[in-house]
Amino acid sequence: MTGSADRPIQLAVENINLRFGGVMALGGLGFSVHQGEIFSIIGPNGAGKTSMLNCISGRYQPQRGTITFEGHDVTHRPSAARARLGIARTFQNIALYKGMTVLDNILIGRHIHMKSGLFRGGLYFGPCQKEEIEHRRFVEDIVDFLEIEHIRKRIVGTLAYGLQKRVELARALALNPKLILLDEPMAGMNLEETEDMVRFIMDINQERGITVILVEHDMGVVMDISDRLVVLNFGEKIGEGTPEEVQAAPEVIKAYLGGEQSVFLGR
Amino acid sequence: MSVSHCGDFKETYRDDMKVFQTPFVRVAVGLFVLLLYTTPLFSSNYVTSTMTTIAIAVIGALGINIVTGFTGQISLGQGAFMGVGAFSCSYFMRVAHLPFWVAMPAAGLTAAAIGMIFGLPSARLKGLYLAIATLAAQFILQYVFMHLDAVTGGSNGIPSPPPEIGSFAFDGDRSKYYLTLTMAIGAVAFTTNLLRSRNGRAFIAVRDHHLSAEIMGVNLFKYRLISFSVSAFYAGIAGSLWGVYTGYISAEHFMIDESIKYLAMIIIGGLGSVIGSILGAIFMTLLPQALTVGTGALASIFPKIGFLIMSFKDGVFGIIIILFLIFEPDGLAHRWRMIKAYWKLYPFSY
Ligand SMILES: Nc1ncnc2c1ncn2[C@@H]1O[C@H](COP(=O)(O)OP(=O)(O)O)[C@@H](O)[C@H]1O
Ligand SMILES: [Mg+2]
Repeated sequence: MTGSADRPIQLAVENINLRFGGVMALGGLGFSVHQGEIFSIIGPNGAGKTSMLNCISGRYQPQRGTITFEGHDVTHRPSAARARLGIARTFQNIALYKGMTVLDNILIGRHIHMKSGLFRGGLYFGPCQKEEIEHRRFVEDIVDFLEIEHIRKRIVGTLAYGLQKRVELARALALNPKLILLDEPMAGMNLEETEDMVRFIMDINQERGITVILVEHDMGVVMDISDRLVVLNFGEKIGEGTPEEVQAAPEVIKAYLGGEQSVFLGR
Repeated sequence: MSVSHCGDFKETYRDDMKVFQTPFVRVAVGLFVLLLYTTPLFSSNYVTSTMTTIAIAVIGALGINIVTGFTGQISLGQGAFMGVGAFSCSYFMRVAHLPFWVAMPAAGLTAAAIGMIFGLPSARLKGLYLAIATLAAQFILQYVFMHLDAVTGGSNGIPSPPPEIGSFAFDGDRSKYYLTLTMAIGAVAFTTNLLRSRNGRAFIAVRDHHLSAEIMGVNLFKYRLISFSVSAFYAGIAGSLWGVYTGYISAEHFMIDESIKYLAMIIIGGLGSVIGSILGAIFMTLLPQALTVGTGALASIFPKIGFLIMSFKDGVFGIIIILFLIFEPDGLAHRWRMIKAYWKLYPFSY
């Protein structure tokens, strides 16, 4: 046991209702994420995991419910404002800037921390150059950390899928976030890439002290590295707790009976 | 002897971030600029005057490339924004008695303000719908040019006084050329710098993936508006210089065909490319002139069908543009990069 539940609550999600026409994507969902946790959201396809991350990052606005981050009610704040508060994310389907280099993609993560306006930028030499170098240094640390030095000048659209996922993680880290939302970071990766990604997530959490909300289908990984998790089915919570508690919960087992059980509950 | 690096062994980030990466490129660019400044000394007034119009087109094309090529917001109003610049520069000089050096930036800012207003629909509209909205801007401004007689002279047009430094007036072909060339080089440098720093990255992020740009804290509405107004600012400067070049400005020059010409420049030159803006401006300025010369020559050989051939000119113009879109969809800038890559490795093709 890690005892993460004793730490202060960083993100409180209460009674979230999200509908798309007749489809109830999230029905009264609530949970709390504590400072410094790895918190996972699991459930079958279409359960509402991505929708939940979208509500937290500001892509979707729920019809009912509140989301509180470090004491701020962010439920109806624009995404950009949440980025400034320290919420970063990656996407299930890669959402990079395809025409830009790896470095420039990651530097977008520094956007809110930089100041140069149009005029300074156009003149470049002087304060703007100083700022660019300073933030380049910050970004190079992340590049080293994620072991993508060899591709830093490549155009992102030309990279292999696994590398693009890594660049997306780098971009999110460049924001210097307090909370990072990862939507299926291991999907489509081979074993070696998956192992690297697990190592990065653990380091992000332990060395950088960033809270992680993880959506992932690889149950081996989820049960290994999560402090706590929630289980969703059709937009509703059917289980919550530590990996051990969730694996023993009768509703969870009931929802994943039969052949699926072994797949869902891990190795 | 090697003239360019094959590897990437920069010692500092400052070196790594330089625009011209090798001494060879720096020298080549320096010599090219020197050539541009000395051309009038050994060429005809016709050449000097053509190069002046190219320099003006480069500034306008850089502007529309910022909004359309780099930020991904289509604009069909660049011609009208040039008109705003030209008329307001002339107005500030004639009526407010400001020197050109104050009137030109003021005209740029006027165009930028109006560009920002007409950029407002970009908050809600995309693609073709935004194109139609900017087309509306074009027609509204055209109407204003024709009817705001006090400022624009209506359908008669209005004089545009020459810039002066002390008792020296920029009214000769050469002095006008030097002025516009210097402004164009300044615009190229400013744009290059803008695009390699914070705001430029934000523009491209908005173009490539607006949702994830917003999630990273880039304010979409702000950057779309900024791109429209920066683009119009360039148009305003280009328009002011057009006034200097012709000495007399009239609304006909700032109609929809001018806007389409600028859009064609960046499509042919290369969307989202500074070099492409330059190449497109050169191409679209020289093509009609080459066609005039070419069809003129043909007409003198076949005098009987001469008139027919001359009237084919616009058709040929259109066909060349269509062929370009089919065979060089990434623009001249792409071809330019291929040639550069080829020479870098020459004589090895791998
Ligand atoms: N933008 C949207 N428009 C309409 N329906 C949506 C939208 N986003 C999600 N949904 C629906 O909400 C439900 C949950 O989807 P999602 O959150 O993507 O699930 P998961 O990530 O768990 O696979 C699905 O039924 C999906 O079709
Ligand atoms: Mg999903």
